[in-house]
This record gives sequence, structure tokens and C-alpha cells, in this order.
Amino acid sequence: MAELKLTNVQKAYGTVKVLHGIDLHIQKGEFIVFVGPSGCGKSTLLRCIAGLEQITGGTLEIDGMVVNDVPPSQRGIAMVFQTYALYPHMTVYDNMAFGLRLAKMSKDEIDKRVQNAANILQLTPYLDRLPKALSGGQRQRVAIGRSICRDPKVFLFDEPLSNLDAALRVATRIEIAKLNETMPDTTMIYVTHDQVEAMTLADRIVVLRGGYIEQVGSPMELYHRPANLFVAQFIGSPAMNILPATVTDVSGAKIDVDITSSGVAHLPLAGDARLKGKSVKLGVRPEDLKLAASGEEPMIVGEVDIVEALGEVTLLYVRVAGHDDAVIAKLAGDVSIKRGETVNLVAAPEALHLFDGDGNSLSAARRAAA
Amino acid sequence: MHPALQGLITIIVGVGGCIGYFYLSNQILDRFIFPPTGDNAGRNINRANMVRPWLFLFPAIFALGLYLAYPVVETLRLSFTDRDAGGAFVGFDNYSQMMSEPKFWEAMRNNMLWLIVVPAASTAFGLLAAQLTDRIGWGNIAKSLVFMPMAISFVGASVIFKLIYDTRAADQEQIGVLNAVWLSFEGGPLSFLFLRIVPALLVLAFGAFMAYGVYLSLRPLIWGENRRGRGSWWAIPLRAVVALGGAWLLWLSVKSIFSLLTVSLPYGQPQTWLTIPFWNNFFLMVVLIWIQTGFAMVILSAALRGIPEETVEAAVIDGANPFDIFFKIKVPQIMGTIVVVWTTITLVVLKVFDIVFAMTNGQWETQVLANYMFDKLFRASDWGVGSASAIVIMLLVSPILIWNVYNARKEMR
Repeated sequence: MAELKLTNVQKAYGTVKVLHGIDLHIQKGEFIVFVGPSGCGKSTLLRCIAGLEQITGGTLEIDGMVVNDVPPSQRGIAMVFQTYALYPHMTVYDNMAFGLRLAKMSKDEIDKRVQNAANILQLTPYLDRLPKALSGGQRQRVAIGRSICRDPKVFLFDEPLSNLDAALRVATRIEIAKLNETMPDTTMIYVTHDQVEAMTLADRIVVLRGGYIEQVGSPMELYHRPANLFVAQFIGSPAMNILPATVTDVSGAKIDVDITSSGVAHLPLAGDARLKGKSVKLGVRPEDLKLAASGEEPMIVGEVDIVEALGEVTLLYVRVAGHDDAVIAKLAGDVSIKRGETVNLVAAPEALHLFDGDGNSLSAARRAAA
Repeated sequence: MHPALQGLITIIVGVGGCIGYFYLSNQILDRFIFPPTGDNAGRNINRANMVRPWLFLFPAIFALGLYLAYPVVETLRLSFTDRDAGGAFVGFDNYSQMMSEPKFWEAMRNNMLWLIVVPAASTAFGLLAAQLTDRIGWGNIAKSLVFMPMAISFVGASVIFKLIYDTRAADQEQIGVLNAVWLSFEGGPLSFLFLRIVPALLVLAFGAFMAYGVYLSLRPLIWGENRRGRGSWWAIPLRAVVALGGAWLLWLSVKSIFSLLTVSLPYGQPQTWLTIPFWNNFFLMVVLIWIQTGFAMVILSAALRGIPEETVEAAVIDGANPFDIFFKIKVPQIMGTIVVVWTTITLVVLKVFDIVFAMTNGQWETQVLANYMFDKLFRASDWGVGSASAIVIMLLVSPILIWNVYNARKEMR
């Protein structure tokens, strides 16, 4: 029910800057996921939005009102913590009713809201229990229920699934996705370091690194058109292969690159003629690589170092002369290739990514424009 | 022989004796009684391991039995005998004699007063100090200062406070801090504010707190509002007793407010504080509160730090103000620790002796049970009544001790 506008939001602890001016516009009802490696500032950004941390620069607007100095309880937000943060001395019912009682709500209204939240999350049989008598998944549902009761404009999740085991994590993830569908007007902001959660839940993903936004976009945008090397390698598993290359020719809508001590690649991109002769980085996702048919011009030639057969896919770790990192190829199904064999790999030209010397994508911008 | 040398020999004999006892007793057990050889090797090892804990426990059990359990039994026996009649059995005569003495009832009343005021005040001040020092830079220095009285013996603290309460003639310079402060009041508006309004408000706050406590303890009894069936049979008498105690304190505070506002204060005259009946009890209690606050603060400070920060942040987001956070989130989470601290201080209070002995020796209506016992036992040489009062103290301490141990064990789980 709210849109958020972050303008040059900064956060510093003393002289240590954690957030270096974040600009972000979140539409009402959007599901936004902050991802990034640990220490990238994603949790700090969330806590700034929640009001648990004071913003040291810039402005944060919720529904057009600057809330920099508004206390957390009046921002219309609710937050779900990684450690659940349930009040251990209160029953499930009281945990959910606590904030409502502080807001001086009538008993009937409180009861209605708590029962409603308990219904949504199937917590009704547990309302009289203390948190210590619940399992991890139930506790997290209570924490979510406590947030639902407050009927917030903005829902904040701080790594809510990190303390759950793998099976529960999937189940709870699906529950959060359902919750998002039942509350289409509520804006949700979700912090995680798990890219599967990010890809499956998000309307838009914000990739953060070192207190800067690297890219904002829908999951598929980030997957297909990463803006730079960092995003390209952060999204997708196994990570994208990056190969140093040199541009040999730029002609019309085509760029030819020569992969150092390996094959060549032709990218269907319009490029600046000045690129010719420059060093670039060529990116190709493991799942886009396939074995070259006989007679096809190989892009990457190397010796298979490790074969990991998983049944549904086979991962090849290919050692290419002149590269430190092995090139990983993810081939569909069961492939009969032995260790030590030499393989020729190719990829569809449109699946290739090209980055300049600074790591910025040459392909994303062009494709976006197209 | 030089005393230092004697000490050294004592240490060597003592420590060597301990090591020798444990080593030799284990050797005897393993070599001769249950040797781990022969046909029954396995069975013998098991049996030896079953006996071994008792070998280690024996010295402690023996010493405790000799110096703790036996004296209890012997005191009980003595309380039923009369020394003057050559130690003849006299039944409950000693108890009835004690009950008929006004000094005993004075001691009982004072002990109850101590029991209510000192643990409550020490825990409250300790909790306050723990919470307030937790978030400031010089909090650790403040904590050390609050904790320091713990290092002073009760007698030492009593001497310090005797100086604070000391009195000189009006024309001399006062060396007692309290009289020096007292003489600076001369009956003007400031005196009215500080000596009548402020204390009256404090007592009023206390009275309101008590009234709320009475209301809370009576609510389920009168309105039958049983919270999710968690009541048990002993809750009803307990609630009644708590409510009665609270009502008594409420009545006391109302009376005190009235007398505070009406009493004519002897301005300009140095007071001998320790001779003012009833109030001198509180002057004595201050000493113990001063000492015990540090203990309460240290334990409660550790408990406060153990509270997960996220629960506090969740409460902030739920709209809790600092008071809500403290009373509704933090205090309930450390309730177990508060109870343990409270009961531990209660035990100290019930046994209080040194402070009263050193400051007033029970004169001017400040008698307490332990000092009464000492009086009877060693001054009046009446072992019968002395033992009887000792048994009374033990009966008062035991339930609190059991409750304390029960809570402490619950905390550790």
C-alpha cells in the first residue's frame, strides 16, 4: 500500500561508510529482494528503512512523506527477523497482540486480527503455547503472523529462512510467496544472500556490493542482461565463466572476439569501431555451453579435469590453456565423457556476454536498447 | 616456632593429607577390595566405579554432618531443655517463655520489616543500576563504584554508617554527614519541599504501587478471571497473604504521608538518628541495602545482557516506549534471575546480625532475631531460649532457601 523512495541514502558508523548513497524507487505492492555477499550493506539498508538505524545522509520517503526521523512504529512497517525475535515469556497469542495492545486497540479488534493471522498461517491450535514449545518453522510463522496483525504498509524480511533447515526453507519460501499473493497491495522488502530465494520470490532484485547498488531489475533481466561482471557472476549457479579475449573485428551488427589461446566467438552486437584491438572479457553461462558438433568452429577447447554427473545434468570442469579458473559446462542429461578427454565447446552467439576492461557490460545496454 | 612456619606446616599437612587421602583410598579400593583382575574383573571395575564417588564425597559429607547437621539436631534438643534445671527436658516451655517476651516480638516485627524492605530495595536499585549503566561509556566505572561496598565487611560498613549518623552538640561542627545536611534545613520553603513534599510523594508512589499489587493479587480471586487455567490450589492462600501484606504496607504508607505532612520537625537541633524508634530500623537497613545493591546489580546486569537484542528491536517496531521495553520485554525475560537475587538477599537479611550488633545492639527498638539469639545464648547464658530462637530463624529461612535452590536450578537448565 505504499511506495518507497530512497534518495541518496547514506549510512556511516563514525568514519566507516556502509552505504554510499542508495537511490531506489520501490512501487507499491512490489516484492523487492536485496541480495549481495555478506557485508554488502543489505541488512543495514533494511534496518535503515525499518528505522532501527539512523540514516546519516539522504532521505527516505514512504508514501511521499520523509520518514528519516519518524520512529519505527509510526512508519507503517513490520519486520520479520532471522532469529524470529519472539517474546519468550508470552504465548503465541500475546506475541501477536503485543503491538496492537500498545496501540490501544480494542479487545475485539485485537482478537479479530490475531485470529485472522492465525488462520492464514495455520497457527490456531498453537495460540496458547509459549514459543519454546514450537518448532523452528512454527516460530517463524508466528513472527510472520505478528507482522500480519499490524497490517503494515511495508513488510520487511531480514533473512527469514536462514535459521531453518533445507526442507522447511522451501516450504516457508512457498508460504511467503503465497502470502505475497494474498496481500497484493503490501510492499515487501526481503533481504537474503540466497539467490534461489531472490530469483523465486522477487518482482525486482537489488544487487548490492560494498554499499553500492550494482543493478536493479527483474530476476530474468539480471540473469539475461547482467549490467556488469559482478552481477553476472553473482546470479546463476554455477557462476558464469569469464574468459579474457581480444576484439578482432567490429563490423555492423557483429563483434568478433578472439579468446586468448582458445577459439573465437562472434557476437551479434552493434559495436563501436574503436573497440577493435581492445582487451575485453567474454562471459558465458555454464548452461549455455554445449559440445561442438563435428565440423563446427569450436569456441573453447580444453581438457576435462573433473566430471560431476548429477543425473539430470553433468558438470564438466574444463581446463583451458592460459586460464587459472576451470571453465564449467553444464550439459543436460548423462554425458559419457571421461576425465582427460579434450572437448570442444560452443555456445549460441546471443547467449554470450561481453564486458569491457572495467567490467561493465557491452551487451546488456545494447540489448536493452534493442 | 615462628607462626609463619606453623602456617606453612599446616598447609603442607592439610593439602598433603587431602592428596594422601584421595590417593590411598583409591589405591585400597582398586588394589585390595575390587581388584580389576581375575575372574570377576569386569564386575569389580563396575563396583569400584560405583564406590569411588563416595570416597571423594566422604570428607565433605563428614564435615558438613559434623558442623552443620549435628548442630541443628543438638540445637533442637537444647531448645527443649533448661540449663538451670541441669538440662532437664521442659517441653515447649522455652518457646512459650520466648513468646511472652515483648523483645522477641519486637525482633520478629523488625525482621519482617527488614525482610520486605531490604530485598525489595536492593533488587530494585540493582536492576535500575544495571539498566542505566548498560548503555553509557563510563558505565563500567559506575558499576565498579556500586559494587565496591560488597568488598566491605558488615561490621566495617556499620562503622562507616555510624560516622554518617554521628551526632555532636549543636554548637560544635558536625562530623556526621546526615546531621550536617539536616542542620542546613531551617524550616523555609525549600525545607518544606525536600522534607515533606518529596518524601510524601515517594511514599505516595510506594503506596500506589502497593495498591496496584493488592489489586493484581486479588483480581483473579474476586472476579474469577482465571487466566487459561494455570492456577493451582496454593495460589489462593498465597494471593490472600500477599494481598494482606500489601494492604498493611498501604496502610503504613498512608499513615506515614499524614504524619510526614503534620509532624513538627525539630529544625536546627542535631539528631541522634539511631535512637529514633521505628525509623532507626531504616537507618540500619540502609547499610545492608548499600552492600547488597552491588550484588544484585552484577547478577542482573549479566542477565540483561543475555536478552536477545532482536526481541528489543521487535518491540521497538511494535511501538514500545522505553518503559514498555523495560517492564514488558526485559524484566519478564529475566524474572527467574530476579527471583533468585531476591531470595538470596532475603536469606542474608533473615540472618542479619553484625549490622545491628555493631550499630545499636538491639537498643531503641531495633532488635532482630539473630541478635536476640546472641543476647540470650551468650549474654543471658540461657541456652534454652537461645536455641528456641535459633530454631525459629531456621524455620523462617528454610522455605525461602528451598524456593531459592529450586529457582536457581530452574535457571541453570
